Amino acid sequence: MTTIETYDDKVVRLFLFASAVWGIIGMLVGMYLAAELAWPFWNLDIPFLTFSKLRPDHTFGVIFAFGGSALMGTCYYVVQRTGHTRLALPRLAEFTFWGWQLICVLAMVTMPLGMTQSKEYAEPEWWIDIFIAVVWVSFGAVFFATLARRRIRHIYVANWYYGAFIIAVGLLHIVNNIAIPVSMTKSYPIYSGAVDAMVQWWYGHNAVAFFLTAGFLGMMYYFVPRQAQQPLWSYRFSIVNFWALISVYMWAGSHHLMYTALPDWVQSVGMAFSLVLLMPSWGSAANGLFTFNGSWHRLKDDPAAKFMVMALVFYAAATFEGSMMAIKTVNSLSHYTDWTIAHVHSGSLGWVAMITIGSLYAMAPRALGRPAMYSRRGMEVHFWLHLTGTLLYVIAMWTAGVTEGMMWRATNPDGALTYSFLDSLIAIKPLYMFRWFGGVLIWLGMWVMAWNLWYTAADARKPIISPIPVPIPEPEPKQTPAPLPAQG
Amino acid sequence: MAYRHFEFIEKHVWTLGILTAIMVSIGGLAEITPLFIEANKVQPAEGVKPYDPLRLAGRDIYVREGCYLCHSQMIRALRFETERYGHYSTASESVYDRPFQWGSKRTGPDLARVGGKYSDLWQRLHLMNPRQVVPQSNMPDYPWLSLALIDGKDIQARMRVLRMLGDPYTDADIKAAPKAVAGKTEMDALVAYLQGLGIDNEPQKPAAAQAAPASDGGAP
Repeated sequence: MTTIETYDDKVVRLFLFASAVWGIIGMLVGMYLAAELAWPFWNLDIPFLTFSKLRPDHTFGVIFAFGGSALMGTCYYVVQRTGHTRLALPRLAEFTFWGWQLICVLAMVTMPLGMTQSKEYAEPEWWIDIFIAVVWVSFGAVFFATLARRRIRHIYVANWYYGAFIIAVGLLHIVNNIAIPVSMTKSYPIYSGAVDAMVQWWYGHNAVAFFLTAGFLGMMYYFVPRQAQQPLWSYRFSIVNFWALISVYMWAGSHHLMYTALPDWVQSVGMAFSLVLLMPSWGSAANGLFTFNGSWHRLKDDPAAKFMVMALVFYAAATFEGSMMAIKTVNSLSHYTDWTIAHVHSGSLGWVAMITIGSLYAMAPRALGRPAMYSRRGMEVHFWLHLTGTLLYVIAMWTAGVTEGMMWRATNPDGALTYSFLDSLIAIKPLYMFRWFGGVLIWLGMWVMAWNLWYTAADARKPIISPIPVPIPEPEPKQTPAPLPAQG
Repeated sequence: MAYRHFEFIEKHVWTLGILTAIMVSIGGLAEITPLFIEANKVQPAEGVKPYDPLRLAGRDIYVREGCYLCHSQMIRALRFETERYGHYSTASESVYDRPFQWGSKRTGPDLARVGGKYSDLWQRLHLMNPRQVVPQSNMPDYPWLSLALIDGKDIQARMRVLRMLGDPYTDADIKAAPKAVAGKTEMDALVAYLQGLGIDNEPQKPAAAQAAPASDGGAP
């Protein structure tokens, strides 16, 4: 008898818990920053707690530490299940876990101390960037080596998105961070002025595209059919959307620089592609939502499915909003205001965090050897806390953003400006307080999730869980492009 | 393309990976390559020199403290922007900015042309505790800036790297740097940087810069 091959879920479990912990840390920082904006007293005159120095910790903490850990964990989980194979290069996979955690700690310690490149979402200094590149290439190696040894001939679409996420983020990271070091704490980028701005927002926008969209779409394409218990609404449609999404997104970065000193043609090209981008975005959202056709009743008693459906609704809403904000006329109002903050949070709290939480709730019991999460009520509470908090946050910031935009452009009949800058700050201060409160609710929800995961992991902590065997796939001629419901 | 061609992509991981890499590269190449070529043509505006040592130190403090997270340095070509902040920003003004500091959010006002709008004393008081001069402000205090001194050797190292990247610093400039920053605090440097914003690099003849900044947003 041949030995039975089992799935390698150890590294998946590690990433799962890292994700929960980083979620709490990253959102705690966000909550604290929100308090500082509403009540500047909280800066406490301590350099590393001051808003301007702490803020990169929030973005890095939630995007790369929380989101990144969830993406890498689910990626390892999905690539094994959809390929009916065990993870290749397990030692390297474990290295990617510890390497990534070390990067998150190093970045989040050095940035508040002032070691920053000041490029948004790419603040860590050059030596951390090199380490990120090494871990990222290792991550890619594990993923593609696992794909190469898959037993299912056809590569399921979730892996396409994970693959694009790995390739594109690697490319973006390296190109944007090319710099000449002065010392361990300082470097200068090889680009300057307008070129630097273009490269940075090509990176910044596509960090959103490939980290916060393509990666999480990979998660969506696996876990949504899994949770709806039926195949994807249209497989062919998901492939069309894939090529459209990855090729169009890369053009849209310049919509972050409308009416600036960037050449006009780049701004117009960015705007045009941002509008085109709505199609693949809505295509993916519709594909996910239609997958629930015929199993909407699951929403009644499955909070994980609820998170996923709400995530897709927010995805559709945020991508529509994004395309609208890329229109020059709208952008002239929204740019530089809190509307941008509202948009990014309806995307990140609504789409990214909800699809992550839904997927973690779907994956955790399976990876932890339990029939279900420890507490269904806990998941329910988390859903309502998260949704209420997100709505409070986003509505407060929308209102603030439009208020600022309107006040900045208001002129008297004689052409003079109606309001001083300070007037607009005074007008939106109460909204900063609402935003903070929304953040508190979201953060409390994360604690409920952590508590729930802790008890679900009772067996894993002992450790008395048995690994899940890899199923024997159908003989090759019978394999069709339709997604096979993964086992385990 | 017949479906069987597509099926080939769907079953071969290297084909899929390479095609993905090609598709994601097109957009960036199309937008960034022309800018690189263009960048060589963008000349610094007349009279714009690379930052002198004290202002360079101040600029790096501006970056280190994360000021760009709440203040933009990019006046858009819109009537209400030029009315509030002065002549719209041009690409030639930021040719020496590594990294660029255009910003993406205005929790506080734009600073592209803040130079000379307030006195040095006001800037100092404001950085120590903004609420001393603007009671409703939500900007943090930066009192530690007045406690630290600028290191001349460090500035020289920075200037050398910038020269390597193409900024026209001469040997004499670099040699004189420690003297220029001797005894200066980080606060002095940051105030010097702020007071130079939009003054030393406004795209006008130095004589005209003395007058009020252009507010018509340029010719229609």
